[in-house]
Amino acid sequence: MLLSSFLLSAAIDVYKFDDPEKEKRFHQLAFELRCPKCQNQNIADSNAEIAQDLRTKIYQMLNADKNDNEIVDYMVERYGDFVLYEPRVKPQTYLLWYGPGLFLLLGLVVVVLIIRSRKKAYNDTHNHEPSLSNSEAKALDALLKTKQGKKQ
Amino acid sequence: MPRVLLFIPLLLFIILAGFLWKGLSIDPRELPSALIDKPFPEFSLASLQQPDRILTKQDFLGQPVIVNVWATWCPSCRQEHEQLLVIDQTGEIPIIGLNYKDERDLALQWLQQLGNPYQFNIFDEQGMLGLDLGVYGAPETYLLDAQGIVRHRYVGVLTAQDWQELKLMIKGWDSVKN
Amino acid sequence: MIPEIGEFALIIAFFLSVVLALVPMYGASTANDMWMSYAKPLAMGQFLFVIISFVCLGYAFSQDDFSVVYVAQHSNSQMPIQFKLSAIWGGHEGSLLLWALILTGWTFAVSRFSKALPLDMLARVLSVMGIVATGFISFLLITSSPFARYLPRFPADGADLNPLLQDFGLIVHPPMLYMGYVGFSVAFAFAIAALLSGRMDAAWARWARPWTNIAWAFLGMGITLGSWWAYYELGWGGWWFWDPVENASLMPWLVGTALVHSLAATEKRGVFKSWTLLLAIFAFSLSLLGTFLVRSGVLTSVHAFASDPERGFFILMLLAVTMGGSLTLYALKAPNVKSESSFSWLSREVLLLVNNVFLTVMAITVLLGTLYPLLIDALGQGKISVGPPYFNAVFVPIMCTMALAMGVSIAVRWRETTLQSVLNKLWKPAVLSILIGLGFPFIYGNGFDARVFLGISVGLWIISTVGTEFIGKFRNTQSITNRLRQLPLSYYGMMVAHVGVAVTAIGITLVTSYSEERDMSMHKGDTVEIAGYQFTFQGTHVVKGANYMADQATIEVVEDGQPVATLRPEKRRYNVKNAMMTEADIDASLFRDLYVALGEPLEQGAWAVRMHYKPYVRWLWLGGILMALGGLLTVADKRYRQSSPNQEATHA
Repeated sequence: MLLSSFLLSAAIDVYKFDDPEKEKRFHQLAFELRCPKCQNQNIADSNAEIAQDLRTKIYQMLNADKNDNEIVDYMVERYGDFVLYEPRVKPQTYLLWYGPGLFLLLGLVVVVLIIRSRKKAYNDTHNHEPSLSNSEAKALDALLKTKQGKKQ
Repeated sequence: MPRVLLFIPLLLFIILAGFLWKGLSIDPRELPSALIDKPFPEFSLASLQQPDRILTKQDFLGQPVIVNVWATWCPSCRQEHEQLLVIDQTGEIPIIGLNYKDERDLALQWLQQLGNPYQFNIFDEQGMLGLDLGVYGAPETYLLDAQGIVRHRYVGVLTAQDWQELKLMIKGWDSVKN
Repeated sequence: MIPEIGEFALIIAFFLSVVLALVPMYGASTANDMWMSYAKPLAMGQFLFVIISFVCLGYAFSQDDFSVVYVAQHSNSQMPIQFKLSAIWGGHEGSLLLWALILTGWTFAVSRFSKALPLDMLARVLSVMGIVATGFISFLLITSSPFARYLPRFPADGADLNPLLQDFGLIVHPPMLYMGYVGFSVAFAFAIAALLSGRMDAAWARWARPWTNIAWAFLGMGITLGSWWAYYELGWGGWWFWDPVENASLMPWLVGTALVHSLAATEKRGVFKSWTLLLAIFAFSLSLLGTFLVRSGVLTSVHAFASDPERGFFILMLLAVTMGGSLTLYALKAPNVKSESSFSWLSREVLLLVNNVFLTVMAITVLLGTLYPLLIDALGQGKISVGPPYFNAVFVPIMCTMALAMGVSIAVRWRETTLQSVLNKLWKPAVLSILIGLGFPFIYGNGFDARVFLGISVGLWIISTVGTEFIGKFRNTQSITNRLRQLPLSYYGMMVAHVGVAVTAIGITLVTSYSEERDMSMHKGDTVEIAGYQFTFQGTHVVKGANYMADQATIEVVEDGQPVATLRPEKRRYNVKNAMMTEADIDASLFRDLYVALGEPLEQGAWAVRMHYKPYVRWLWLGGILMALGGLLTVADKRYRQSSPNQEATHA
């Protein structure tokens, strides 16, 4: 994880909000929108010229009482889906959004299947099974013995 | 467990490797314009050379044009300028300048020194037209058809090769019309 | 001359690795003892020559030999010596040489500390590692030699290392991370050897487990260090960005975590053998995939290497050979590996399976999110971005559910446990953690907050179940000290690592919910209050560093009239690259950080200043350290020392 070649200074500029709720939304929006020019930074962290412009635009739109959706739509109209760090749910992103849940479900079904087959084996063998199979236990013992023998 | 299932990891990996291989020939930083096949945004801005004249979209509708986003603070624009002059001299397509977040004096000086390939220049001091257009740096070059629809965008220095591509695109429209 | 020796040593190492890849492997398949016995000296020779090569590059850096392209591009005569030396791995070529050094080092360690291994197993393991080394050293020699020269004319001075890298973080983070990445090659080699020989028994798991744990601990430490480094160095106070490069290290760690658990079950109970093998293959494959993602340029990252599709192609080929080969082998040979034990519904085996499902799904989620923009683009569907909001939305719920299972797993025995005994053990921790979780946001914050409730409850749930279980161990014993000594170290390791998860979870919850941040334009004498602390800007003055000039601000912090700290953030300009860089200053403590970064100078002597109050941010890394420590404690257990003296392996 080496860091090289990108803007070196943290982006800091100063906006005054009369309403703390708007300031919160400002930070949230700047966090969720990607700077189109940068390597991989949101527009809050980037110091690129375009990121500054977009921050100013968000600031202006917030002060003009636009809601979050209007602001996000404004950005997408101009820069495309690329600026959204949270991709919209649509057929192309179904796998992205529903995949993890699906895999989890699938995994748990497999676990249930495994348990059922193992439980059967468990009932068959009652409770007398050593934790390692006999052959394995012997092999392990033999191995450890030779090792200790060598040490002495 | 059927043995076939054991091949699933291998299969998934092959699919993944296919995508990765494809990925090597894609530039993740090349961003297509969101305005492709959409009308050029409406605007009303002063001309660079004639500050009293207000330019709008109507000033270039009716024929295919190139809109070139440039600024004096942009070193690659200087590099690109030569190519723009070449295109202008062929007379095949008019070039409209979009002087982006610049200072008027410096821009005029630049045109005087390096030559002026532009029919006229839109002076976008605040960068608001640039924002509407989805510009994220200069230089950028847009190809518009006669209806003012954005057909293509180049980001970065326009090369001789890009110009050849552009010409082909314009020819393509003509042949459709005929 | 010296750089040529380095190159030459690398070429020799390459030939040794080729021989190592072929001869002992062939010996093992033909039961030829002599050929198998070549493995150890070859492993040693390979390591030795890569060391020579590495030392030569270090020498070129220390002597400012700018005729070497790599040195000229990554160093400068003004740089302090510790950064000159860590600049060895400050770029692509050198970091790859570090990778080769660590790989051959692990190989040597395996040959040295696995005396108990049967000869054929050892020969196969070392040969597989030789194959990997062959791939990487040829990669170095063909596309990425760090010893190439500027001839006949070379620059008078170097282009300087990226200022962000001129930091303590560069000294420790990459070596630690690579120890982890490359360490998984050992588990991988063990898995391949098991598939080839068809022998995968409890002894196998006992050999493979310590190596895996050590690699996993290193990777965890590497990630932790990386997060801490990004936090203080990038200047905007974030500690995890879900950036492709970070995800590249998280994926093998998640799969490695699954592997560590699955190996435990395989060793103790002889179950999940086939699955354990698959995880071992995936853990290392994901390390390779990470290398591909970071160096090929297929994804954009804030932590980008200078990327190059040609190198990307080479790594992709390496990936195709190792992963394609091993997965084919797996598909053909895995049916020979049978698990013998059985267990019931409520048993530790089942909980470990559930844990593995969760960890695997988490790794898949990270993989999906990281690669999705590439998939969409490759299918011609345009450009999209997948960033922190996605990962937070999908990852966090899975993580919380898994944490619940973690608490249960502590209370469950191998093979079978009655529901009654589990409920008896768990109801008190459950009630306790829910009550405290409910109360906490009212006491610490300004009212109920679902996120805080969830995070705190989950963290306390883990801690209290571990605590209950631990206390339970002393119920029927007279001598507490004796009992403490009787408990195996691996048991302590498990507890420490689990508490680490809880500590990290609590840290993440509190720092994301209760951080405060202000961006202010400040004149000399201005005061801002954040979370009860008054920050007073006392102006700036110029300071001169070894290879930079800086404006240094002085900011006094006062709480309730008592001075707390004097912070001195800097805005540096590095001489050679003329690069600006923000150096934040932090007053750190266990329960909160005060973090100040300097922005741009504004008009009339004012400065833009960003100030953060970050409660419990240290806990996140503390948890990471505990997890790694847990992994190492487990390895120190007596039963592993009998078969392989592992602590010494860390010298690799």
